[in-house]
Amino acid sequence: MPTFLQEARLKRQNWFDILFRGITRLSAFAVLALLASIIGSLIIGSQPSIEAFGTHFLFSSEWNPVTDKFGAVVPIVGTLVTAGIALLIGIPVSFGIALFLTELSPRWMRRPFGIAIELLAGIPSIIYGMWGLFVFAPFFADNIEPWINHHIGTQPVIGPFFSGPPMGIGVLTAGIILAIMVIPFIASVMRDVFEVVPTMLKESAYGLGSTTWEVMWNVVLPYTKIGVVGGIMLGLGRALGETMAVTFVIGNSHDLSKSLLMPGNSISAALANEFNEAVGELYISSLIELGLILFFITFVVLSLARYLLFKLSQREGT
Amino acid sequence: MNDEIANAPKLVVRNLNFYYGSYLALKDINLDIPEKMVTAFIGPSGCGKSTLLRTFNRMYELYPKQKATGEILPDGNNILSVKQDLNNLRAKIGMVFQKPTPFPMSIYDNIAFGVKLYEQMNRHDMDDRVEWALKKAALWNEVKDKLKQSGMGLSGGQQQRLCIARAIAVKPQVLLLDEPTSALDPISTAHIEKLIDELKEEFTIVIVTHNMQQAARVSDFTAYMYLGDLIEFGDTSTVFTNPKRKETEDYITGRFG
Repeated sequence: MPTFLQEARLKRQNWFDILFRGITRLSAFAVLALLASIIGSLIIGSQPSIEAFGTHFLFSSEWNPVTDKFGAVVPIVGTLVTAGIALLIGIPVSFGIALFLTELSPRWMRRPFGIAIELLAGIPSIIYGMWGLFVFAPFFADNIEPWINHHIGTQPVIGPFFSGPPMGIGVLTAGIILAIMVIPFIASVMRDVFEVVPTMLKESAYGLGSTTWEVMWNVVLPYTKIGVVGGIMLGLGRALGETMAVTFVIGNSHDLSKSLLMPGNSISAALANEFNEAVGELYISSLIELGLILFFITFVVLSLARYLLFKLSQREGT
Repeated sequence: MNDEIANAPKLVVRNLNFYYGSYLALKDINLDIPEKMVTAFIGPSGCGKSTLLRTFNRMYELYPKQKATGEILPDGNNILSVKQDLNNLRAKIGMVFQKPTPFPMSIYDNIAFGVKLYEQMNRHDMDDRVEWALKKAALWNEVKDKLKQSGMGLSGGQQQRLCIARAIAVKPQVLLLDEPTSALDPISTAHIEKLIDELKEEFTIVIVTHNMQQAARVSDFTAYMYLGDLIEFGDTSTVFTNPKRKETEDYITGRFG
């Protein structure tokens, strides 16, 4: 009975299809469930702190486990400022690297440089932290910070942000280490998207007499903007959430200081440092609320990036 | 087409050799391209016609290991000399490519882009220049109400006319067209061909084409190339109806190529 056999096989294949569809659907929904349960547990865990401090938590820079008074300003500011410094340094440097590798460097140089960048991206963050603490911070304290103090620290308006004892560790150091960490991410994405720009498009711009800079800035960058912003967001995501490297070099101080040379704290560094010694419900709950805030910051930043892209495409009139 | 009386030469090519690495791609080319006329380069793939075109604005210099020797003289200055300023050269010699390449910006900015590189002008003058270029490229009526929209939203034929408008907006003396209709439908192709006929009033035009009928339709002079050699050059009607060389005749009659 060949037809019967065929039918049986068809039926089996049909079952397999249904099963397969079920599994893929389950996997997709598992992502949502996971996301919801993480947000949920963060919210539940931070309830005691939210009840005790309310919105005051967001505006207080006091962080005192002895009196059980907690405020999140120092770590929030530290997180945003270090990530900001990282991007401020990282974006132009990455753009330069990508531009050099796609347009200016001799062809034989591209592969080794590309591999070096990828290796840099693969170094575990704790190694950046150790290097930052034992090599970069002393160097920074001895050679760079005195110069910063002397030349920038004496300027009006911006001076106070750049003066302080040359300790090596601090918010600026953390920002610079983060910049070094995000550069490989941003640079390799930028390089990849620059490479797919059609040759003819670039030649058209060169054909009008543009310089390499004009071609890159006015034609290649707008053409690749979605990829470039994506790369920057990848870097920003890493900078906001980076824990170990920052913990090593930021100084882990809950004192609010104007100066970037002074020690500070970031949300992830505070969590890493303080969870194992946190005693009392309120202390733990405040740390969890910090985590919730970090989650929220990341979410807002990603949404802003989407909005920015939307605005850009609108102005261009697509 | 009757025998053309050639205008004074605009581009004088002398002893031009071109190398891709050690491969000789153009062999001792000598050619006079007359001013304000259309000159077509025809020949089978790989014959060097695009390569020859790309020496006129030194586009090959973007790539390592490509080099040209000899002389190309517009107005007596050798553009292959190291003293030639590249950006200046490319402002005088515009180019349009096989596929439309609108920049990722508005239609207006696409035209203004090249102009801004060389000329400082106020908003009003720029508006006039954009309108002038778009009218020259026979695109104005179709886009005048949507100058702020992206150039990438136009149809293929419109995009190619936008690229032509962009090239002529900087008021070049020579316009290089590298198979400008190879990615277009027949109607858009007819538009572009009509446009070429109008543009030769003001510009010297050099066109590379795969399409022999197109060369016969639009050009005043034709150069037939094969494997890096210039086989025959003369006014188009002679080349097509009474070629001097056997090779040309074989190609044109479709016996080969």
